[in-house]
Amino acid sequence: MSWLRNPWGEPRVLAVVTGLYILWSIVPVAIAVLFAFNNGRSRTTWQGFSVRWFTGATGSVFHDPELQGALKHTLILAVICVGLAVPLGVALALGLQRWRGPGGGTINTVMLLPLVTPEIVMGVALLLLFLRVFPNIGLGTPAQAIGQVTFTLSYVVVIVRGRLTSIGREYEEAAADLGAPPRDQLLRVVLPLLAPAIIAGAAVAFALSIDDFVVTQYLSSDASTTTVSMLLYASARGAPTPALNAIATVALLITLATLALAFVVYRRFASGKEAAQVAALEV
Amino acid sequence: MGSRWTWRFLALPGVAWLGVFFLVAFYAVLCVAFGNQDTLSQPVPFWNPLDWNVGYVLDVLSNFRHGGQFLTVSIRTLEFVAIAMALSLAIGYPVAYFAARHSGRWKGLVLVLLIVPFWINYLMRMLAWINLLSANGWGTRILHDLGIEQLFIWTGLLSTRGGWLDGQPSAVIIAFVYGYVPFLILPLFAALDRIDQRHIEAARDLGASPFSAFLRVALPLSVPGILAGCVLVALPMFGDYYTPDLVSASTKTTLIGNQIDQFTRQGSEKVTGAVLTMLLALVLLLLMFYYLRTTRRAAQEAGA
Repeated sequence: MSWLRNPWGEPRVLAVVTGLYILWSIVPVAIAVLFAFNNGRSRTTWQGFSVRWFTGATGSVFHDPELQGALKHTLILAVICVGLAVPLGVALALGLQRWRGPGGGTINTVMLLPLVTPEIVMGVALLLLFLRVFPNIGLGTPAQAIGQVTFTLSYVVVIVRGRLTSIGREYEEAAADLGAPPRDQLLRVVLPLLAPAIIAGAAVAFALSIDDFVVTQYLSSDASTTTVSMLLYASARGAPTPALNAIATVALLITLATLALAFVVYRRFASGKEAAQVAALEV
Repeated sequence: MGSRWTWRFLALPGVAWLGVFFLVAFYAVLCVAFGNQDTLSQPVPFWNPLDWNVGYVLDVLSNFRHGGQFLTVSIRTLEFVAIAMALSLAIGYPVAYFAARHSGRWKGLVLVLLIVPFWINYLMRMLAWINLLSANGWGTRILHDLGIEQLFIWTGLLSTRGGWLDGQPSAVIIAFVYGYVPFLILPLFAALDRIDQRHIEAARDLGASPFSAFLRVALPLSVPGILAGCVLVALPMFGDYYTPDLVSASTKTTLIGNQIDQFTRQGSEKVTGAVLTMLLALVLLLLMFYYLRTTRRAAQEAGA
């Protein structure tokens, strides 16, 4: 325990613990990805490399109707979720940031609550809402999209508000001094400055939607509303082939690629520290 | 810009959305919990609080008495969450401490590697372990060869060789730790990263040994981060049903989340499920507000 005697020296023990932790957290997933490329039906015995579970004629991600349907539905929900959560979230962030007078604090708290509410509580609440308050909407794709927007909205607001705080009000005041009407201040000054946060918010909403499980499951109706996460839950224990690993790998690549792209864009326009905060969702 | 009403107008759609799909949804849980059910045991919510019926709430509460099913399940949930939280802290603290204070020029890379699991689908991370720990999986073989399987059998944490996924409480707890520890490391990293190195140097200059400088300066300063991280891992664990379903699928590991899931989604007794959801939410509301208050305070301090 040399770092205890001299914490400014090389903390080798801590470095080893951290290294082991990182290996432990990533290697099992890497092995699951590896088995997506297994040239056999086993998910536990390696039988050589192949892409048959991605592109093969039968039972593969791109040809099996069930897997294809789940992937398609996951992506459709993610697109709807981003399309609704981003405009709603950006407007709410702008409104809350400049809100003067009573009510602002309460709205702020309500806006933050979905970030910390356990998903099962939200799942049950939304399930009962769509069964008993909005039976005409009922369960299915619209309910799933609404449920996902309800919790991703807060992430968008938090990300956009972080950027709003860091750019301050000088630019729009300058625009106002130069005679720009309020509408132009918003559309031609504030929104372009917010662009990196809007892109980051969209990427986070997209990734959250793809990875979401509980709310999506609670609001699903029939087989056509099954997502990749739901498929993983339903067949992780009994899946007959590595096609399950393959579809999980495809979803993983889409999520990580979206976030990496947004991270690069964000870094280009904002500081690296801001970008790291967004990535860690600790804005 | 503009009058203050412009801003309120911008906030309106988002506020309305949260009002309907968040607040009204919670109100619906209360109205079902304090409502009735029809002959097909479908919920009949009572929308007017003056009509509320406490019958089902009392039924559920009486089941919390000594020996009741919900009491057993709640105690088990508390146990699992407490053990998993303690293990997460034991693993997460050294990792966050190293990443925040000693990773030097590798800091960016280490941070990215700590964030990656956060963004890998939780169910895929569980799938990975299910593959590894199935009867002939690589993990099962390695644990056998290293003697860890034997150790778990001796200590009673595993009942049969290779039976990791046959309803072992230890497997559920380990899966919890694996699943949620990234949620603890990130806020802890942020808290440790904010500690001013000069505080520790001052303690050293005043004659504190490195260990007591850590114990009496760095550790107390990181307490808010520890508490925030513990709350962030505890909240989802309390509502988790899928982890026990996936790695155990046995009634020996039924948690409160499983109970709620059985009553509501899978569904025969949605009213009982709503009562349990309401009780769980009430208990967790304390933790939720505690977390929101500490993060707001931290944000204010950072802004000031």
